[in-house]
Amino acid sequence: MSDYLANNSDVVLAALRQHLGLAFLPLLIGVVLALPIGYLGVRFGWLYHPLLNASGIVYSIPSLALFVTLPYVLGTQILSPVNIVVALSLYTLALMARTVADGLRSVDASLTEAATAMGYRRTRRLLEVELPLALPVVLAGVRVAAVSNISLVSVGALIGIGGLGALFTRGFQLDYTAPLLVGIVLSVLLAAVTDLLIVAVQRAVTPWSRATTRRA
Amino acid sequence: MGDDTPYLFDPTHWSGPTGIPQLLLAHLGYTGVALLCGVAIALPVGLYIGHTGRGSFLAINAGNAGRSLPTLGLLMLMVTLMGLGFLPVLIALTVLVVPPILTSTYAGLRNVDRSAVDAAVGMGMRPWQVLWRVEVPMALPVVLGGLRSAALQVVATATVAASVGLSGLGRLLIDGLSVNDYGRVIAGAVVVAVLAIVLDLLLGLVQRYAVSPGVSGRGLGRRTGGPAAPASRVDPDRL
Amino acid sequence: MITFEHIRKQFPDGTVAVDDLDLQLPTGQITVFVGPSGCGKTTSLRMINRMVEPTSGRILVDGEDVLAQDPAVLRRGIGYVIQHAGLFPHRTVVDNVATVPHLLGRNRKERRRAAVELLERVGLPATFADRYPSQLSGGQQQRVGVARALAADPPVMLMDEPFSAVDPVVREQLQQEFLRLQSELGKTIALVTHDIDEAVKLGDTIAVFRAGGHLAQVGTPQELLEHPADDFVREFVGRDRGFRGLSFESAAALPVRPLSEAGPARLVLDDSGRPVCWEGAGVRGGSAPVGGTFTQHDSLRLVTDLALSSPVGTAVRVDGAGRADGLVPHHDLVDHLATRRAPA
Repeated sequence: MSDYLANNSDVVLAALRQHLGLAFLPLLIGVVLALPIGYLGVRFGWLYHPLLNASGIVYSIPSLALFVTLPYVLGTQILSPVNIVVALSLYTLALMARTVADGLRSVDASLTEAATAMGYRRTRRLLEVELPLALPVVLAGVRVAAVSNISLVSVGALIGIGGLGALFTRGFQLDYTAPLLVGIVLSVLLAAVTDLLIVAVQRAVTPWSRATTRRA
Repeated sequence: MGDDTPYLFDPTHWSGPTGIPQLLLAHLGYTGVALLCGVAIALPVGLYIGHTGRGSFLAINAGNAGRSLPTLGLLMLMVTLMGLGFLPVLIALTVLVVPPILTSTYAGLRNVDRSAVDAAVGMGMRPWQVLWRVEVPMALPVVLGGLRSAALQVVATATVAASVGLSGLGRLLIDGLSVNDYGRVIAGAVVVAVLAIVLDLLLGLVQRYAVSPGVSGRGLGRRTGGPAAPASRVDPDRL
Repeated sequence: MITFEHIRKQFPDGTVAVDDLDLQLPTGQITVFVGPSGCGKTTSLRMINRMVEPTSGRILVDGEDVLAQDPAVLRRGIGYVIQHAGLFPHRTVVDNVATVPHLLGRNRKERRRAAVELLERVGLPATFADRYPSQLSGGQQQRVGVARALAADPPVMLMDEPFSAVDPVVREQLQQEFLRLQSELGKTIALVTHDIDEAVKLGDTIAVFRAGGHLAQVGTPQELLEHPADDFVREFVGRDRGFRGLSFESAAALPVRPLSEAGPARLVLDDSGRPVCWEGAGVRGGSAPVGGTFTQHDSLRLVTDLALSSPVGTAVRVDGAGRADGLVPHHDLVDHLATRRAPA
């Protein structure tokens, strides 16, 4: 495994770089789109259940099926990385729109009431009261989305674009375990580091959720 | 084989060993076997950890660790190590199924209202009776939720498994890609997506009807969804 | 002054919560809205800061029609306290208190200074400033809630069951401090409660609501207790209304017996004549503490409490220096209560 790494560091690094891009760009796109959509699902209550159902359906589509269908829908080349990015953005959006809605709904109604009664207008209340309070739930969703994106990218190798997944197909074709092991370890490590980073961010931006010991 | 007919509407694709019904059955078979293996391993372990609280670190982190495993890499590694065949694929699938079931079983049990468990012990139930009569029924919505996501995981991974020689609906995608038969690829994608969605809906129904109305709040005339806080959802008129 | 003019509130489902309400809340006083649940008292309160919009009628705050004002601006000028304090869990105590000044765009330093000052005013040490609400007890949170409502120094405060969520001992304490604070600040306060005892204790004026959003009676606590307008008010004020009414009657006219007539038991005094304990026959264990005493300036309610809780059924009167100067056995008290005035 170390021999393989030493001799193929260029290939592995390139695969890792591609993997990073294919996992994080969709994460960003998905989260940015999910914020307004999730909010709409709360603002207009009748949208919540349709949103839940749509998100459930998108999330249950197997990744390979979505990867191969998108060129047909989008008119892209089958080898285009756009397919992977769009597919993973859709998964992220499906997961996060629901999470954002649930996070906002989890905010105690008496708090939004209190904010209104003190003279908050809707937009400012959303930014200063509801969103911060929904943050723990939202960030927990981001963790799940990030980790599953990282693991799903490699499936793209079956249609030619898959970051570390390229190491899997190569090892499989050559009947050679080293690239397979390197790919799996890197992918799991990447997921673990990402997860830890998000947890660190979560702790940094929600100091109140740790201050639960009562020192009366 | 009329080239103008869409793949799904060509009758020749609906019979024989590579026909869609056969592939679908094979796919369901893999899914079922892998789920059974996963449940057989994860459920007892999850119940043990959830009931006793011992080893909770394992149960909490299993879910995330499982999610971070690259399915394609795992499949190909198993087959490279053990050779072509169903067994290496089954091992890979089981490895992927265990974490969500384990984590949800544990979480379900841990979320059970402690005062209900306390009451059960106080009334003289033995540990087994507490587990089966109180904890499991109250944890059921969460446990079944884990089973549901495990099932989706297997359906998706079984599709990918066609790339390591397995049968099932993934064949349509992998073979279609290798011979540039895009019609077949799309047909396979549609069928497998429909399968996943239908399976998810069916398990959703099971989740709904296998759970006691007292726990789920179903049909009690209260508009409170979700599996939490069951005690507050008992209909006073029935007491 | 807050004025309700022909206020009516009908909800979309047809329920009439408040019907033709005319009411004036005097400046600088506490007006308590009390009544059974569903009587429209909270709805009436919430119409003042437009958390609920009236269907018809006008509400004037110091002569200005609230419906003519921007709701957000209006609310920033009216303090609001709710049952569980409703503190923002993601903000520190000081930032919670400074919420309205923050909305009004005051600068950070000044906001903080004023907020810390207010914390001390409601009886919390400045060291609490940087804690999060989850680190405070329920009673402390409620104090922060009051400080938050006062932060922009609004002339008007609305309080919705402000002391209902804390235990009785803390509630009593919060009520006392609230009255002390109000005596310094002189805000115009509307307070909703379902608890007639709280209403009597806190209210300068009490407005009793009945189901359907009608006013049953408006008056001072004493007027309500002594001259209930109808059966509803009499019923609501409670079966032990007579007992509550005793809060307003002085013990001065109560006949007392000399200390020698203590009956089988004996009152033990210390060297300066202050009561120490009861001793002798009829006292369980041979000796029992006196518990409490009253002076002739106290109310009959206190005397009744003392007689009922005394180990020998006798209340002890003391003079200004705390020396025992008379006894009231409970049968004397009962006779006095029966004859003091013709039954209402």
